[in-house]
Amino acid sequence: MKILVTAKRVEDPESKIKVKPDGSGIVQEGLKYKINPFDEIAVEEGLRLVAKHGGEVVVVSIGGKEVQEQLRHALAMGAHRAVWVNHTGPLDQLGIAGLLQKVAEKEKPDMVVLGKQSIDDDQNQVGQYLAEFLGWSQATFASKVESLESEQEKNKAPALAVGADGKSVRVVREVDNGLATLECALPAVVTTDLRLNLPRYASLPGIMKAKSKPIEELTPQKLGVDVAPKIQVLKMSSPPPRKAGIKVADVAALVDKLRNEAKVV
Amino acid sequence: MPIVLIVAEQQPDGNLRKATLNAVTAGRTLAEKAGAELHLVLLSKDPSKVSEELKGLGVKAVHTAGAPELEHYLAEVYTPVIAGLAQELKADYVGMASTAMGKDLMPRVAARLKAAMATDVMAFNGSGAEVTFTRPMWAGNVFAEVKLTTPVKVFTVRATEFQPAAGGQAAAEVKTFAPKIEASKTKFVDFKEVKSARPELTEARVVVSGGRGTKGDFKEIEALADELGAAVGASRAVCDAGWVPNDLQVGQTGKVVAPQLYIAAGISGAIQHLAGMKSSKTIVAINKDPEAPIFQVADYGLVADLFKVLPELRESLHKLK
Repeated sequence: MKILVTAKRVEDPESKIKVKPDGSGIVQEGLKYKINPFDEIAVEEGLRLVAKHGGEVVVVSIGGKEVQEQLRHALAMGAHRAVWVNHTGPLDQLGIAGLLQKVAEKEKPDMVVLGKQSIDDDQNQVGQYLAEFLGWSQATFASKVESLESEQEKNKAPALAVGADGKSVRVVREVDNGLATLECALPAVVTTDLRLNLPRYASLPGIMKAKSKPIEELTPQKLGVDVAPKIQVLKMSSPPPRKAGIKVADVAALVDKLRNEAKVV
Repeated sequence: MPIVLIVAEQQPDGNLRKATLNAVTAGRTLAEKAGAELHLVLLSKDPSKVSEELKGLGVKAVHTAGAPELEHYLAEVYTPVIAGLAQELKADYVGMASTAMGKDLMPRVAARLKAAMATDVMAFNGSGAEVTFTRPMWAGNVFAEVKLTTPVKVFTVRATEFQPAAGGQAAAEVKTFAPKIEASKTKFVDFKEVKSARPELTEARVVVSGGRGTKGDFKEIEALADELGAAVGASRAVCDAGWVPNDLQVGQTGKVVAPQLYIAAGISGAIQHLAGMKSSKTIVAINKDPEAPIFQVADYGLVADLFKVLPELRESLHKLK
């Protein structure tokens, strides 16, 4: 099987994000960057699928040359090769999905596995756009029934169950009030939820090996995609701060506050 | 006149998903600002029961399509039907609540309509053709004002930011239309519901949440929730550990709640958790660690062992009745 996975470069989720005083963006100084956590899960799932069924994992990222760091990280985890779409400047979900469509048409994978959302934009759109652009089956928010502490997880078995004939995949999805299971004809687009798997660490030999793995460079021009953004961010602001709270001494004081001040019980 | 089309959602049990009512209010807010008419659409195996409820919400028209293929929601089946109706109506805006279905469906509809989309909209600004959307980024640490420049604009709304629309208004026209069902490459296999007698997490007035501090023992969390008629929530850590079902997770990657009262017990308050609950009206934190970040957003904090104070709190609340 060939699995195409994504590796978006985002601010470390533990970073404190601050808006610039003029509202034009966020303060970049002092921020660390890493692969989007949901994409890391996509890379892991790709590796597990290929470990079980054979084939290769191709990782793609879009951005300036700094995104090679995230591609190298995925290669160090075990991805076989990388595609870098070299683009600087603003890009929206339509543009990203348009570029990924061209990469998918070129690579012809059995599955594209992406994170369900990136933790900077929080849009949760690209996988769905991509599935529609390609006319493929889609299964978003892929999860599994077992907990992340299960034996199955320790054995690193893939949660996405490919059919015996290799023509379909069964996906358990996290939805409101429960879990829904779908069967998608391949090729398909799958987006990952957090509980699909626990991503592996990149080992030192993995990191060494990653240095010699190929990264193919493409551009929006080469792929023939107009990426002029259709979403304009006019202004960013900080959410209104909550007024400082107080610490209470005991349960009696808490109940008194809830009853007489907040009037919620 | 421009048209705002809101997609209604029917739950697997046949009832209207309540977040639809909040989305109707959001649609009305947008329609007023954009000088537009508000329409609703509902797809179902049998839309008659829910369309009765929808037509009293003070909208211009309710469009319904019924077919056996629409029984279980599938993005590939619903997309051409919704997008087709939007094109026929020449809708300028297509929106829905940010439920699991809304998040799955609307981007695919947007793709078909060659539209840009805003997720989790919290407010609409401006007027006429210049309406802009406010939406959260970076786990709610940034509010962004965005403008979509495609002819059709698609969005989902954060239900907790809009009041539910009230029924009992002048009956709207219900228009049934024949859905154009396309062959789907995806099959519905099954749905396993997590059943609970407690209120739905995103709709509850009070939420009691437990974190790693519970060590997986949710008995006291549940007992307090039952005393308060509250929903039970959880941090990501306890869901990942398999201690409670995934759909109880509150946070950036789980559910976003904004109840009147949110009680966090044994939850440290990581950025990803705060993103899901910091719009709650009153926040109570119970934690052994006085330095836990949850105390920075809590209106009332109690530094204590949750196993000791939760039973005490429950009894005190019981006596108030």
